[in-house]
Amino acid sequence: MANKILVAPAPHVHSPQSTQSLMRDVLVALIPALAVSTMVYGLDVLKVTAIAVISCILVEYLVQRFLLGGKATISNLSAVVTGVLLAFNLPSNIPWWIIVIGAVVAIGVGKMTFGGLGRNPFNPALVGRVFLLIAYPVQMTSFPQPTMNGYVDALSGATPLAAVKAAAAKADGAISLANVDLLNMFSGAMPGSLGEIAAMALLVGGIYLLWRKVITWHIPVSILCTMAAFAFVVALAQGGDTALLYELPAFHLVAGGAMLGAIFMATDYVTSPMTGKGMIIYGIGIGAITMIIRLWGAYPEGMSFAILLMNSVTPLIDKYVKPKRFGITSKK
Amino acid sequence: MKTFPIGGVHPSDNKKWSNTKQTEVLALPDVVNIPLGQHIGAPATAKVAKGDKVLTGQLIAEATGFMSANIHSPISGTVTAVDMQPNGQGLRQMMVTIKREGDEWMPEIDRSAEIKRECNLESAEIIAKIKDAGIVGMGGATFPTHVKLSIPNGCKAEYLIINGVECEPYLTSDHRTMLERGEELLIGVEILKKALNVEKAVIGIENNKPDAIEHLQRLAKEKKFAVKIEPLKVQYPQGGEKQLIAAITGRQVPPPPGLPIHVGAVVCNASTTVAIYEAVQKNKPLIERVVTITGQQMKEPRNLLTRMGTPISTLIEMAGGLPEGDVKVVNGGPMMGRAMVNLDSPVTKGCSGVTVFAGQAARRVEADTCIKCAKCVSACPMGLEPYLIFRLAHKQMWDRVEDEQITNCIECGCCQYSCPAGLPLLDFVRLSKQTVMGIIRARAAANAPQK
Repeated sequence: MANKILVAPAPHVHSPQSTQSLMRDVLVALIPALAVSTMVYGLDVLKVTAIAVISCILVEYLVQRFLLGGKATISNLSAVVTGVLLAFNLPSNIPWWIIVIGAVVAIGVGKMTFGGLGRNPFNPALVGRVFLLIAYPVQMTSFPQPTMNGYVDALSGATPLAAVKAAAAKADGAISLANVDLLNMFSGAMPGSLGEIAAMALLVGGIYLLWRKVITWHIPVSILCTMAAFAFVVALAQGGDTALLYELPAFHLVAGGAMLGAIFMATDYVTSPMTGKGMIIYGIGIGAITMIIRLWGAYPEGMSFAILLMNSVTPLIDKYVKPKRFGITSKK
Repeated sequence: MKTFPIGGVHPSDNKKWSNTKQTEVLALPDVVNIPLGQHIGAPATAKVAKGDKVLTGQLIAEATGFMSANIHSPISGTVTAVDMQPNGQGLRQMMVTIKREGDEWMPEIDRSAEIKRECNLESAEIIAKIKDAGIVGMGGATFPTHVKLSIPNGCKAEYLIINGVECEPYLTSDHRTMLERGEELLIGVEILKKALNVEKAVIGIENNKPDAIEHLQRLAKEKKFAVKIEPLKVQYPQGGEKQLIAAITGRQVPPPPGLPIHVGAVVCNASTTVAIYEAVQKNKPLIERVVTITGQQMKEPRNLLTRMGTPISTLIEMAGGLPEGDVKVVNGGPMMGRAMVNLDSPVTKGCSGVTVFAGQAARRVEADTCIKCAKCVSACPMGLEPYLIFRLAHKQMWDRVEDEQITNCIECGCCQYSCPAGLPLLDFVRLSKQTVMGIIRARAAANAPQK
């Protein structure tokens, strides 16, 4: 027999999932949101996304090639995912050079400094976004008006979160959603960064990720439930308008980066906990911190900060939260 | 549908290559090599020497102590050697070589086709016959069956569980045995119930074998066998002993030194149960078994009733020979089987199948870096954290590894199967387990004399 006999320890078969296939699934899941965003804001959306993706790939390639050495890692598509997610956190009319700076910070500082994929403690796209938000606050928070038909311009350039927060500040903290159209927000007709405006499209992507077993329900569900519960309690404490009891939770779930953060950003493998229980703790933390910042913080939106804060807690969660062991009922 | 409580994976079962193929009797081999250690425990002690004439079914090696098993000649002929020979992994071990002359059986073995249901033996007599026949777990673990049936003091068996799950992809030998030898299987269950003095008997079968489930249910009803046939969810490792017990009884076997009997369960493989029937009712020792020879690129996958000691290469030829190019020949199934270097090594009691991989499928996927996706954690049926053990093993932090309950690992391979980065998780988990077990043994030995 002219065969070459190979040997290796078991198992001898492998699941079809690879790092690359998982990243590809995430990209596929982002397509509906990208499509809605393009419909609302026009071709600028594709331009911003393309610049972000190309810059991220380039930065990763250059750092790997000239600073870290070793095998090129861009083929695993993680830089592409970071690029798209970074773009989704930017307004569509942002200057191109700010995007490039964002990519350098996201990949260069947020990821490659720690040794590349798998070693970064913080979500790279969010590191980039938060850096830009602090460095270029004006460009990062002025959004063009959506051009979708039938949209009534009541919020004039500010995001719904910012508008509601400003109105509440004027009214001694009393929250009112009188000027908000929840249905429009759900379908994407609200000012905001590229990827956060279309809650519905993001949900579709999330369902795809669950179906493909790329993510589990733990993180998105615990974040969104915590936010809804938090908003419900706030509405209850305010009293008066009973409609607010369900409108306020709904508003917070569709506004700002709630969906994008819960489904795509917080579920980043590298920076989230390893056990189901740990993921739920992490999700509750993100939901609560987001709501605290949204209601009482200096910024109208707190999702990015909340995720980054909980990223830093992840190693601690992994140290203390252990999976349920088989055959061990009580541990002394 | 019942299943085990934690983890698990869903590899494609690939049973279709051989699950409809009737078991065929393989031609008798001209020369057999019989390893003396083909079970867990001490190797048997040879009772024959070069030049001895032996009959089919004659005892050629005797159990060495309690945790060991008898071995019988699978053919009649002359012993030509008792010496060290390479096994499937290329390691030398003691084997008896017999050259065949005809096929003359020991006279007390009942070779008739008649099915004998009535059994008037006492529990101890049944267990003695099983021990004499050299029966060991034929699902792959090769644990001596008489040891399993000897219930330690203070324990009581409540459940007899027959493992007809066959969760390993590709393999179909238990499946065919359940279909073709259903009545013998059910009589074997009756005998085991008597041996263990238990009321409850359950046959667990994975739901990808509806024909076997239906066949056994019908037989049990028609011929009034008091046994429950339990279809189980198709999920690997459903047939792991601890997983099967948990799926059927809801009880979890504690970590080592915990045993199934500590939760009142005794598990016995389906093919083993048929062998028990033959041993007790027909005086037939364990000298042959059904072996599945399969693989996606094999021309003719088959189920073959094979005498022990037959070279694996004979089975491969029966299935159309090895495919071209790079191949991996696995003794057992793809999840837990062992790759072989020596294809002339013999079929042994624990060999339920031979799976052949060719081309890219014979190679491992390329390893990348861990992205902390947590898939290994959710796949582990024992609730361990393979990624963490992998990392700690690289740093040789064995005390931490021990704290992570490494000894509870059943080496099922779910972690490595599910790892998208293609990391050799199980290699390091296995290394950790062996190292930690060594540390525990050394500690026990160091502490023992003080008492």
